Amino acid sequence: MTKEELKNNITELLPSTTFDETGEFLNVIIASDELLPFMKTLRSKSEFDFDYLFCLTCIDLNNHLMMVYHLISKTHNHCIVIKAKITDTIKPEIESVNSIWKTAELNEDEVYDLFGVKFLNHPNLRRLFLEEDWEGYPLRKNYVDENMIKL
Amino acid sequence: MEERSVKMDIKKREEKGGLSFPGQLQETPDGGFLVTKLDEAINWARSNSLWPLIFGTSCCAIEMMSAAGAKYDWSRFGFEVARASPRQADLLIVSGTIVMKMAPVLKRLYDQMPDPKYVIAMGACTISGGPFFYNSYSVVKGVDHIIPVDVYIPGCPPRPEALLHAMITMQEKIKHEAYFRKTK
Amino acid sequence: MLLEQNHITKEGEFVINMGPQHPATHGVLHLKVWLDGETIKKVEPHLGYIHRSIEKMCERLSYRQFIFTTSRMDYLSAHINNQACALVVEKALQLEVPPRAKAIRIIMAELTRLASHQLWWACMGLDLGAVTPFFYAFREREAINEIWEETCGARLTQNYIVPGGVMMDTHPNFRKRVKDVMKQIKDKAHEYEELLTGNVIFQERLKGVGYLSREDAISYGCTGPTARASGINSDIRKLFPYDGYEQIKFDEVLNSGGDCWARYLVRIEEMKQSVSIIEQLIDIIPEGDFQVKTKNVIKLPKGDFYQRVETARGELGVYIVSDGAASPYRCKFRSPNLSNLSAIPKIAEGAKIGDLVAIMATVDLVIPDIDR
Repeated sequence: MTKEELKNNITELLPSTTFDETGEFLNVIIASDELLPFMKTLRSKSEFDFDYLFCLTCIDLNNHLMMVYHLISKTHNHCIVIKAKITDTIKPEIESVNSIWKTAELNEDEVYDLFGVKFLNHPNLRRLFLEEDWEGYPLRKNYVDENMIKL
Repeated sequence: MEERSVKMDIKKREEKGGLSFPGQLQETPDGGFLVTKLDEAINWARSNSLWPLIFGTSCCAIEMMSAAGAKYDWSRFGFEVARASPRQADLLIVSGTIVMKMAPVLKRLYDQMPDPKYVIAMGACTISGGPFFYNSYSVVKGVDHIIPVDVYIPGCPPRPEALLHAMITMQEKIKHEAYFRKTK
Repeated sequence: MLLEQNHITKEGEFVINMGPQHPATHGVLHLKVWLDGETIKKVEPHLGYIHRSIEKMCERLSYRQFIFTTSRMDYLSAHINNQACALVVEKALQLEVPPRAKAIRIIMAELTRLASHQLWWACMGLDLGAVTPFFYAFREREAINEIWEETCGARLTQNYIVPGGVMMDTHPNFRKRVKDVMKQIKDKAHEYEELLTGNVIFQERLKGVGYLSREDAISYGCTGPTARASGINSDIRKLFPYDGYEQIKFDEVLNSGGDCWARYLVRIEEMKQSVSIIEQLIDIIPEGDFQVKTKNVIKLPKGDFYQRVETARGELGVYIVSDGAASPYRCKFRSPNLSNLSAIPKIAEGAKIGDLVAIMATVDLVIPDIDR
């Protein structure tokens, strides 16, 4: 599907979404509580068939966190970017997509480790890179580390 | 150029009598006998049979592998018995960045090695944190915060010749140690 | 309590820790393995023993500087990592790279792939108990290292590819040296076949071991030779060509076997394809500039940029969120090894503990790229 067709089909599916077409891919911005059912449809509906999650990350935008999912379909060869906005930065929570794409497990662990986003229904949520007793979430913009030597 | 410097190192060692067995040969009509010091004889043996522990965390490990390969061939100097277990090794080549999570593991590996033991810090990361000195929250800024280091090799990563040079320096250091008088 | 925690339910089951100091994990990977006798029940990777906070560092480095950190990520594909970073900056600035730079980049990238696969082949032999391949593979790898040394000035972490082209022109000996090395590799290819590929003991250790189905490979996000051995078209050079790969004739190596043997064959075949790509290009490197002029301080326009390249291990993605400043607001590296690693628990389930080494060897992980 082209960008336009994707956009129309997604608007039909979820009228409340907003789009951003400035970049290379079609960016779909949704609220964090709509994520799981929306992702399930993207995976299961044959006209979308997004079977391959190739990049999962998070961005700290100071007043909110943004989860970013890059999806591609191996059958149709079209890409899409889903951005889920998490407004609560103190106790951020979002549904895990591990049940849809298995690759999400370690990637979500990484996001939990570095951003502190808690994934609900994740099979084994743990700090992936840092020690269990590490304080703070390093990739947050408000992270302070006294030992870090700044340039 | 660096290849030449290794050759020069070997030459210098030969001039100093480093490669030959330490001691004086006293010739008698039916043969001869050798006079040497036990310290020197033991150090000669020890320095030429260092067993390094394979401890590669990142890029420098590849250059360490190159040094083991046919072109650089560290077995010329008696290092080829690379061990995977610290209990069988007496030389720890720290090749690669050490981060906070790895530091206790490195300390334990060092503790598990039998005495006498030596450490070579290979690469900029192990000397000071190297490229990861600034703005990094997890890198240990120099492996000498954790374990004592005998020889440092700068470079990112150092060439295999530099590693050989460091190992030869290590041997020189061992030769000048007093093995029996070493106090803990 | 302890038993419950470790999921040990019956007698004869136990947990072993493989790594972080283990010769077969190629670095500092820590695998926690639950065993029932000799059979693997579950594998859990523990990471972070080489987590160097590269993504945080990138937020404070300029777009010229952040390239050097990527050479240290997947150090066996250093050129290709640099290429990905250069490409994402060029994409954002809409720069057109001169054709000479493109050709040099492709040659360097393919040399990297060759050198990386040779090192993999050497370690593959070591892991499975054969020391000789190590010396054979390093003979060719050193020859490639010499080419890099002459042109880029470094053997391993080159930082040769910069936004706008390459850092400097190639050495006058470049063409001759590359041709010599290609001839050497082709002449010696039969030794590779004789030593490992045709070795019955070696085949027995790989055939039918560590099966990964196509569906699982997609679900676990596998890329590179690991995915192609399960029959997935995942070659970024074909799917999303960059730097002029679309004009070059080469085959995407596919194998539907899915086991360790298939992964082995894919990598061996890829080496031949890389040689063929270099041979196509080496005589027709266009004359002209090797770099396009860029501003001293590069500032990217606001927005998100994603660029993927095919490293020796799979798809590397560089995702940059820019707020218009001279350094990235957020920089994420989509590591091919992390997703390949996530498939290892699935591949290893039900295998014997001795086969885990073969599985690890054929998936070919570089740990600093996982941890970043």
